[in-house]
Amino acid sequence: MGSRSKKKNEPEALRIDGELTIFRAAELQPLLFADPAPTRIDLSGVTEFDTAGLQLLMVAHQTAHAAQRSLQLLAPSAAVCEVLELLNVTDFFGDALMPRASGALTARP
Amino acid sequence: MDLDQALQTFISESRELLEDMESALLAIEQTSEKDELINAIFRAAHTIKGSAGLFSLNHVVAFTHVVESVLDQVRDGSLTIDEPLVALLLSCRDHISALVAAVAAGQTEADTELTRKGEPLVTQLRAHLEAPATASPATEAALPGPAVAPAAGEYGCSATTDAWHLSLRFGADVLRNGMDPLSFVRYLGTLGRITGIETVTDSLPAADAMNPESCFLGFEIALRTDADKATIESVFEFVRDDCRLHILPPHSRVAEYIKLIEQHGEPQRLGEMLVHCGTLTASELAAALSAQKFAPLQPLGTLLVEQGSVRAEVVEAALVKQKQVKELGAQENRSIRVDADKLDQLINLVGELIIAGANVNLIARRAQIGELQESTSKLSMLVEEVRDSALQLRMVKIGATFGRFQRVVHDVSRELGKDIVLVIAGEDTELDKTVVEKIGDPLMHLVRNAMDHGFEPAELRTARGKPAQGTLRLNACHDSGSIVITVQDDGGGLPRERILAKAIERGLVEAGQHLSDSEVFALIFEPGFSTAEKVTNLSGRGVGLDVVKRNITALRGTVELSSEPGVGTKVTVRLPLTLAIIDGFLVGVGKSVFAIPLDMIEECVAYSAEPGHDYTNLRGEVLPFIRLRSLFSIEGSPARGENIVVLKHAEQKAGLVVDTLLGEFQTVIKPLGTMFNQVKCISGSTILGSGDVALILDVPALVRQAIHHVPAKRSEPVPA
Repeated sequence: MGSRSKKKNEPEALRIDGELTIFRAAELQPLLFADPAPTRIDLSGVTEFDTAGLQLLMVAHQTAHAAQRSLQLLAPSAAVCEVLELLNVTDFFGDALMPRASGALTARP
Repeated sequence: MDLDQALQTFISESRELLEDMESALLAIEQTSEKDELINAIFRAAHTIKGSAGLFSLNHVVAFTHVVESVLDQVRDGSLTIDEPLVALLLSCRDHISALVAAVAAGQTEADTELTRKGEPLVTQLRAHLEAPATASPATEAALPGPAVAPAAGEYGCSATTDAWHLSLRFGADVLRNGMDPLSFVRYLGTLGRITGIETVTDSLPAADAMNPESCFLGFEIALRTDADKATIESVFEFVRDDCRLHILPPHSRVAEYIKLIEQHGEPQRLGEMLVHCGTLTASELAAALSAQKFAPLQPLGTLLVEQGSVRAEVVEAALVKQKQVKELGAQENRSIRVDADKLDQLINLVGELIIAGANVNLIARRAQIGELQESTSKLSMLVEEVRDSALQLRMVKIGATFGRFQRVVHDVSRELGKDIVLVIAGEDTELDKTVVEKIGDPLMHLVRNAMDHGFEPAELRTARGKPAQGTLRLNACHDSGSIVITVQDDGGGLPRERILAKAIERGLVEAGQHLSDSEVFALIFEPGFSTAEKVTNLSGRGVGLDVVKRNITALRGTVELSSEPGVGTKVTVRLPLTLAIIDGFLVGVGKSVFAIPLDMIEECVAYSAEPGHDYTNLRGEVLPFIRLRSLFSIEGSPARGENIVVLKHAEQKAGLVVDTLLGEFQTVIKPLGTMFNQVKCISGSTILGSGDVALILDVPALVRQAIHHVPAKRSEPVPA
């Protein structure tokens, strides 16, 4: 479930659990494109990921990039990584992708 | 979008397709017009593969793909379909069926055991694929080197790549239509190796303008595969209307790539993408782009034609396919799938309605209000019609059940080394769905048994002046409220003496007892009875026929057998048309009321009897009868003016002596409790309008009893 967990000292971290697919695209869009926009999206709990999900992330990324905002995609799950690699779009997101290893950021108290 | 529901549709459609595939495979050996059947088989495999791909059932796709490739070669004539190949394809069909069954059981991932079972099939299929493949143009094109002669001039140069190039732009509605471009990319991976892929993101809109359910992506893909253009194109069959697809074969002229680039109107970027994919080298691109300035723009049509002749065929095939899909759609609109449980519930409710209606009728009659009686009788008429149409809903044609046996006969005759052909008649005969479901297994036993024991070896057949090819006939027809299914062979007939000897040996009959032919033949339905000299794979273990009889009896049916030495054997199975509601006829004995299925009543006559005997003279015929009063030990003396109800079953007639005739009654059959399982001559119970219970008489049992006990001693009373 998409939930906006506002922890202290860590504003705007959007955690998406479960499907990030066409079935929930309409539901997740307002969360991803909210104003103020999230600066961090936690993808560690994404179990399913399809073209619709990918597009949402791409647009979010492009929008942030154009506005010179930072948008980090945190710890993409295996489902996400598989698609990114299959379609060879890892480069599209560039530095915005934060692999699991640097997930320590989220663990900050 | 309900994926579960879609998956269910996939499963049931796959089953239908597999059935089509099976019947086409079986028919193909016997016909010279193979083309259409081959297409049907190919279509089945192809559609299953395509749909499985949509559900990411990759293991199904992988297996079906190999089958499809072989079929493709059969279709284009590079592989001839012969008997071993048909057998192999049948096994493959079974494997796909097993895979689909596993999916239906909730197993969406590959199962190691099933995969292991599929491996030998794949190996055999591959063997077929490899033999003629050396000559196929696809491999030729895939060979590095001067397969395509370089044309003069830089513009006509061939690219060095040995991969196909696919340029894909998906339409906005693809996702909404339930298709995920990702699955197509994944699926392409099963055709060969994707050596390069670039995702085209140029159409991505701004955040506020984005419809999250539209698709904005495109792909440039380099694919290394042995598949031909039609195969690659067929991957996108389901989105053909919804995507722009360009396929360039390996070593296409650079000009073709340039046209592709032009078409998308984004030369520089797309060019780079082609380079990224590894389709073009940087120098090829540079040369091409400079040449492009001089190239005239060509209309799309010319471009398509120049892309190769394959395309024209494919377009045509696609059109035909689309038409078929449309026709199919029209058919589907005329029928809907309904849950069997819902139907059962409807039938139950109709049953209750009939009982309640009978009650109302009774009250109306008692009240003696003319108007009320009039409306109730109108109501009963409607209820009757509702009942008939409700029952009609459950009626299915027996053809599907019969069709299965084509395969059985095909397989078993190969196994036994006998040449046997199955002839089916009456496949349009309808009967209740539950009966159809339950009759399959007993019929299977009978068919297998007939094939194993019934047919004599070919030499003996020829010696007897019969055609070497044996004929097994399956026939179905309606006869007085029952359906009659016959399994008939033109084999050697039953060995009466051997059966008798065996029966005596087993202690089933006493030596010296005189038995009629039909009594002797009935012995083979006794438990543990088998006269087969050798135990084969199929039958001869002495289990089977007694189970057949038990199953058929459980359906309130009967089975009998007639046989003539050297001519053949015929097994006749009689089953009631429905298990739920029947038109009944009520008779009274003393205070008890009994219901008799109306279809089985010939006529009713006034009581008469040959003095001292339990039979009467019915227009010159001997009609044995049973006194219901003594059969069920009903107290009281026979009423004056007794009647005989003439029953008919399986071409035999018997009379039933009753006190009163009470008239027709719609009878909702309620099964008797297990406590009454042993009760003979009663097949169920029903509830009368008054709320009383009436027992339904088991006519076949009564007729048998009447015939067999004439003029023997009076049958023992049965508790009722």
